[in-house]
Amino acid sequence: MRKVIRFSDPVSIYARASAVGKTEYDGPLGALFDFHDGTDRFGADTWEKSEESLSLAVLNFALARAGESQDEIDLLFAGDLQNQCVASSSGCGTLGIPYCGLYGACSTSGEGLLLASLALAAAPSLSRAAVVTTSHNAAAERQFRLPLEYGGQRSPTAQWTATAGGAFLLCRSSEPFAPPSAPRIVACLPGRALDSGVTDGANMGAAMAPAAADTILRYFSLTGESPSDFDRIVTGDLGAEGSALLSELLRDNGLDLRGRHRDCGVLLFDPLKADVHAGGSGCGCSASVLSALFLPALERKELRRVLFLATGALMSPSCLLQGESIRGIAPLIVLESGKTGGDK
Amino acid sequence: MNFDRRRYLERVKERESGSPVFKNCFFAYLFGGGICALGQLLLSLYLFWGLSERDAGTLVTVTLIFLSACLTGIGVFDSIARIAGAGTLVPVTGFANAVVSPALDNKSEGLVTGVGAKIFTVAGPVLLYATLSGALYGVILYVVRLFL
Repeated sequence: MRKVIRFSDPVSIYARASAVGKTEYDGPLGALFDFHDGTDRFGADTWEKSEESLSLAVLNFALARAGESQDEIDLLFAGDLQNQCVASSSGCGTLGIPYCGLYGACSTSGEGLLLASLALAAAPSLSRAAVVTTSHNAAAERQFRLPLEYGGQRSPTAQWTATAGGAFLLCRSSEPFAPPSAPRIVACLPGRALDSGVTDGANMGAAMAPAAADTILRYFSLTGESPSDFDRIVTGDLGAEGSALLSELLRDNGLDLRGRHRDCGVLLFDPLKADVHAGGSGCGCSASVLSALFLPALERKELRRVLFLATGALMSPSCLLQGESIRGIAPLIVLESGKTGGDK
Repeated sequence: MNFDRRRYLERVKERESGSPVFKNCFFAYLFGGGICALGQLLLSLYLFWGLSERDAGTLVTVTLIFLSACLTGIGVFDSIARIAGAGTLVPVTGFANAVVSPALDNKSEGLVTGVGAKIFTVAGPVLLYATLSGALYGVILYVVRLFL
């Protein structure tokens, strides 16, 4: 599929929730998240179970906000960074909602929203879908990098996997229960797994920037729109390094985002206070920032149109050691603020 | 998209200004020197307590390993090492941390399949190649001595 997929009946994000760990709560967006755990444990005794608990809690929060029970949700798309996405299957997956596990590295939030929108558009028998993505710094560090207490210096380009989660409840905007003010997904464009050539596991921003540039350029060339048609162009977790590379790549191709670009990984932490180097990353990074910052701004109509690209570095530690380069991916969704009450 | 991979990688390399070498060297010197000074202090203390020079030296190493393991256990070592860098990595303190940190990390997977199986994931290469080169140099020394 090389076309922008437009929804004749846009998909409303009618409820959302976000949760973070301590470092994220201490960051500049801390007060915006729905809840946090200062110990990063979320009531569990291992880091893996902490992420499961986070995944379940964040979906329960979204359900409570919507005043719905899990039985009303027809389909759940969820993912995280652990092997076989266990944080999702053993977390929010335990609610008994039919479940599709996703593994799109840090792009999982965008991939989930894209797939859930496609499912709702394609199957009239589905009325509600949920998307949940999480990441946990300690669980991810253990799986992909070094022991937590290992005393080493990280490279300046390295990023910090966020302990964070986001949950979204979606329905077609034509459904009678869809709140008119809810932000809508009006179009989407799947990403392509693009070989960045980067072989440095400590420079994920550089591995993802070409994929983000590819999706953005494809979107604008397919639609004839320009960055000025959007209030914000939001990327998932390119970090400071990847963001700079993205703007250089786009400039090479004659596109200037004109100050509209924001990156969730850069927004999540204060680089002077937290030792996160190039910024945040992980499935929960873009999900929590989208849920806590951009969706509320769309609800309040401070923003009208937002281009959201979750970015993922499809990295396997074994393949990296074998000298293979990292492929990046960046699925895109177009978000618009809802109609004001009554004009539906 | 107009994307020249080779040019892109050059640009990525150029942007990677690398670590702050001067600052890292300064702190490595400060902390590494500090650890060595502490070692010297301990050595003098052990000699003062009447230990032989050989025993005192061994005890200094053991003490530094014990301190590093303790600091790793209470979650302080990595915070110090983030600033100290090679200052804590190069002395025996770095090696102690490299063994204790995976042991702690994998406690949740059990004493055999977790701690036992993973304890040397970081220090393993050092142990293997140090032992191997020790044996190799031993053989060389043996052969050389046969003819000298």
